[in-house]
Amino acid sequence: MLKALAARIKQGYRTYPFPKKEPSLPERFKGRPVIFNSKCNGCNKCISVCPTDAIIVNGGKIMLDMGRCIFCGKCQQVCQEKAIVFSREYSLAAGKREDLLLKGQVFKSAGSLKADMLKIFGRSLKLRQVSAGGCNACEADTNVLSTLTYDLGRFGVQFVASPRHADGLFITGPVTANMKLALKKTYDAIPSPKIVIAVGVCAISGGIYSGHPEQTNGADNSVPVDLYIPGCPPNPYTILDGILRLLGVRS
Amino acid sequence: MDNMLKIYNCGVNDFKNVPCLDILKFRQLIIEQVNSGLRIATLFAMSADKLVCVLADDTNGSLYILSSRVSKSYPSLTPACPQAHLFEREIAEQFSIIPQGHPWLKPVRFPDSSLIGITDYFKITGSEIHEVAVGPVHAGIIEPGHFRFQCNGENVFHLEISLGYQHRGIEKAIRNGEQKRLIHYMETLAGDTTIGHSLAYSQIIESLSNCYIPARANIIRAIALELERLANHTGDLGALAGDIGYLPTASFCGRIRGDILNMTAVFCGNRFGRGLISPGGTNYDIENSHISELKQRLKTTLKDVSGAVNLLWETPSVLDRFDDTGVLTQKDCIDLGVVGVAARACGLERDARFNFASGAYQFSQIPISTWETGDVFARAYVRWVEIQRSINFIENELDNLPDGQIHSKVSALPANKIAVSLVEGFRGEICHTAITGNNGEFLHYKIVDPSFHNWMALAVAMRNQQISDFPLCNKSFNFSYCGHDL
Repeated sequence: MLKALAARIKQGYRTYPFPKKEPSLPERFKGRPVIFNSKCNGCNKCISVCPTDAIIVNGGKIMLDMGRCIFCGKCQQVCQEKAIVFSREYSLAAGKREDLLLKGQVFKSAGSLKADMLKIFGRSLKLRQVSAGGCNACEADTNVLSTLTYDLGRFGVQFVASPRHADGLFITGPVTANMKLALKKTYDAIPSPKIVIAVGVCAISGGIYSGHPEQTNGADNSVPVDLYIPGCPPNPYTILDGILRLLGVRS
Repeated sequence: MDNMLKIYNCGVNDFKNVPCLDILKFRQLIIEQVNSGLRIATLFAMSADKLVCVLADDTNGSLYILSSRVSKSYPSLTPACPQAHLFEREIAEQFSIIPQGHPWLKPVRFPDSSLIGITDYFKITGSEIHEVAVGPVHAGIIEPGHFRFQCNGENVFHLEISLGYQHRGIEKAIRNGEQKRLIHYMETLAGDTTIGHSLAYSQIIESLSNCYIPARANIIRAIALELERLANHTGDLGALAGDIGYLPTASFCGRIRGDILNMTAVFCGNRFGRGLISPGGTNYDIENSHISELKQRLKTTLKDVSGAVNLLWETPSVLDRFDDTGVLTQKDCIDLGVVGVAARACGLERDARFNFASGAYQFSQIPISTWETGDVFARAYVRWVEIQRSINFIENELDNLPDGQIHSKVSALPANKIAVSLVEGFRGEICHTAITGNNGEFLHYKIVDPSFHNWMALAVAMRNQQISDFPLCNKSFNFSYCGHDL
């Protein structure tokens, strides 16, 4: 007992004062891509290297779909004109699927829930997580949100064991054909009104597995989605930022 | 050994040099060799009429490849060689080659999704017997899988594990020639083993194309692999503490695990090492400023993790739950061909870093960490010893990082070759096997995640345990669902 107390003192207070203080992300972190249309020379190299067909160039206008992007940065590497540059901006969440389609330097971040929903969930949001395919990296970076560093509970957000106790569904993975039924059953078991958060590029578009017949190209082909959080996997701060925007804590 | 082609880890040879035996001889030879101490590293069908097997000899670092022609069915290996059980089920599922006499011939990944989870589960009947079904959706933030227990009161007689929920068709996509996505498939076979699998794949490409890897790149790769092990072992020890309600270690380790992931991000930008490794070397260098930062962080980590983990060994209520829980006997471990921490916790010296050393491990050895008891305690304690040795290894490698390039050019793949690559990921031995066709394309690419060998060990370890100890036992093995389901 005394040893546990001594260890507790040595470990110290470790919760990062987010969102009051911005997180310090590594120098080489790849965040939101920024597009400079004026620099594009139309060589289309970015399109040819993109593993998930996230880039479309049309009449000198580049469009990059963050809902398909796995943030590998290959487009940035091959673009000699620096028309696509990955910034270190970690806030990536959007409320609508089409908002993830980047056309320039402007990005429409996710807004908060509507007033009536905010009244119900704003101070207490219980989420049921379902891993529906994927690689377990999104799950790993979701799990850390409950650790001391992020301390998700202080925002009134908690992951719960039963859909019956939940206000919403937190989905990772492309929704494999083998998980489609289980996902639907979990969604149905959550009492209304409910919200759905799709986390990671797989849950948004199928990601690196998009087009495979063994999966269904993302969660919104099975259930309606209220918040999209891109990334492969999203940084924990990206996930936290998305949830806090939905709850109106950040804007 | 005349009927087998001998190679070493990362070895390559003409595919035509792999002996093609009569199926009965193939079967007999595998059984004999396994009985004499070898184990199956991989066994797969590459077409509807051809089987390939790679046997591993842990005592001298040799790998032996043999193959056989087969039509529609053959006498199953499993009754005489239990470690073939899941490989044979996979062969039957993928190529409709029936291993006759297989005692447990059930689906592995349920390629027909309308039948997911539907199989003839083993059932015990009796007035005091009840069945507990768990999953695919579990209570925590965990991957999906179905567990079915046959219980008498709290006592588990039998556990059957049925997976396939994470199946996303990676092997098929690789065979279909998806070039741009290849490295990303490898990075996401099991997301927590990004480094392990992308390294195994890169070694395959490098050995096939006879590419020489700069020493600096080899060392950066080993540092990343050990950081991956550190992060996961630390997280696992925290989760074990959490499963028995010992919250101090659970809280501390959860936080420390994140700090270790952030160390990988220091030089690669991504916490899981995405984009770090590619055939030919690494894509990111460790700069001088990173070395001092990493060393400082490692020092703090060792202090923090020691403080957190040593509490476990000093707390009687923890030891009471860890000791003699979920025992896997050494005999079962050998019979099932178990690898990694689970095997080392049964006293078996199975560690590809040592026995099948490649890359930096050829020059800097990490001793194999074992414990004899095969219980939850052993699996926890082996992790703790490995954490300390990994930190020590990384510190040494950072001190001796040679100058030079981090990437070499990779040439086109040669035709009609076979290559095998083993990497000791944090869960155990990762085995990738590639066979190229007439144009150097992948005729076949076989991935074996350590969990594929190991899942049955959890089922066996649960026999005669309390069902309430299942989460603890499960976590003590911590197998991958996505690595199994592919």
